[in-house]
Amino acid sequence: MSKQPVSRRQFLNYTLTGVGGFMAAGMLMPMVRFAVDPVLKGEAAGDFHPTQQKVADLTDVPVRVDFSYEQVDAWYTSEVTNTAWVYKNDKGEIVALSPICKHLGCTVSWEGNDHANQFFCPCHNGLYEKSGKNVPGTPPLKPLDVYPTAEKDGLLQLGKPEANNIV
Amino acid sequence: MLNKIYDWVDERLDITPMWRDIADHEVPEHVNPAHHFSAFVYCFGGLTFFVTVIQILSGMFLTMYYVPDIKNAWESVYYLQNEVAFGVIVRGMHHWGASLVIVMMFLHTLRVFFQGAYKKPRELNWVVGVLIFFVMLGLGFTGYLLPWDMKALFATKVGIEIAASTPLIGHELKVLLAGHPDIVGAQTLTRFFAIHVFFLPAALLGLMGAHFIMIRKQGISGPL
Repeated sequence: MSKQPVSRRQFLNYTLTGVGGFMAAGMLMPMVRFAVDPVLKGEAAGDFHPTQQKVADLTDVPVRVDFSYEQVDAWYTSEVTNTAWVYKNDKGEIVALSPICKHLGCTVSWEGNDHANQFFCPCHNGLYEKSGKNVPGTPPLKPLDVYPTAEKDGLLQLGKPEANNIV
Repeated sequence: MLNKIYDWVDERLDITPMWRDIADHEVPEHVNPAHHFSAFVYCFGGLTFFVTVIQILSGMFLTMYYVPDIKNAWESVYYLQNEVAFGVIVRGMHHWGASLVIVMMFLHTLRVFFQGAYKKPRELNWVVGVLIFFVMLGLGFTGYLLPWDMKALFATKVGIEIAASTPLIGHELKVLLAGHPDIVGAQTLTRFFAIHVFFLPAALLGLMGAHFIMIRKQGISGPL
């Protein structure tokens, strides 16, 4: 301990700053935590949603599969319809691609606007190969997302779209 | 009558110096369009403020009818526009004013830039002005979603995807804006409403206060 102990003024400054800071934090902490809650809640588990597409009917040509499910958005529950482009690749595996363009989120379609053997996005002329790989020189910078797939009673089921890792 | 009321209050609170300090200043000759018509370029900052006041007032009145809920938002906008007297005018003021405020702010920025009025000692006021510019763009972005029509929804989806492309914190930023990792929906609308009506206007008023205090302190930059 130094010969000059904490002065009365310093002591009051420290205590008041500490108490004031504690009170400010006590007010701000609940509000900030309240605001960032969606970020900390994390992702919901991706359930598989049933579709009406028979797996046996799938060929190497992508077909459009629309499927509906109950979506819970906080206090609002609604039926939404999503779309996938589904085909069987060379190895016979089912590939289900999300139609959401990786450029700015428009909707792509197979061989749209007469682009043979490609997915086409009408907003900024984005193109993807059949595998979902983005064509270099067009706006999208990433391949189309893929749905995890499952089969139940001969019908296709689709999960939550994931980033596509094909190179 | 009014004079008597003023004197009665002034005698007790001495309010004359307060408003004198704010309002009683001569406009320098080189800034006054009455002397040199070309000085109209100095009006754009004031016009930005004028339109901002209109935006705040018309926005306050719009919230008397508007509901920030995805089931009722569009219906409430439709109602206030088509069923309420002068609804089309009040919403029109807010709609066109939103664009006009950007135009005026841009012209003001150009004037300050080309006159070099941002140079020492006014650098800080330029910085605050740029912050006001960002807040205004934020107000435009969040306000665009509120009618909850197709144009609003998809414009916001695109805007949120742009935010998501931010390096490192893109995903967190997206969820913070949208209120949900996947859905642009109920929570997005309430968030955007809160940001549009409370958070950004509060920031805007603070920044504008700083902007004006600095002008008063430093004076308007001299003639070219």
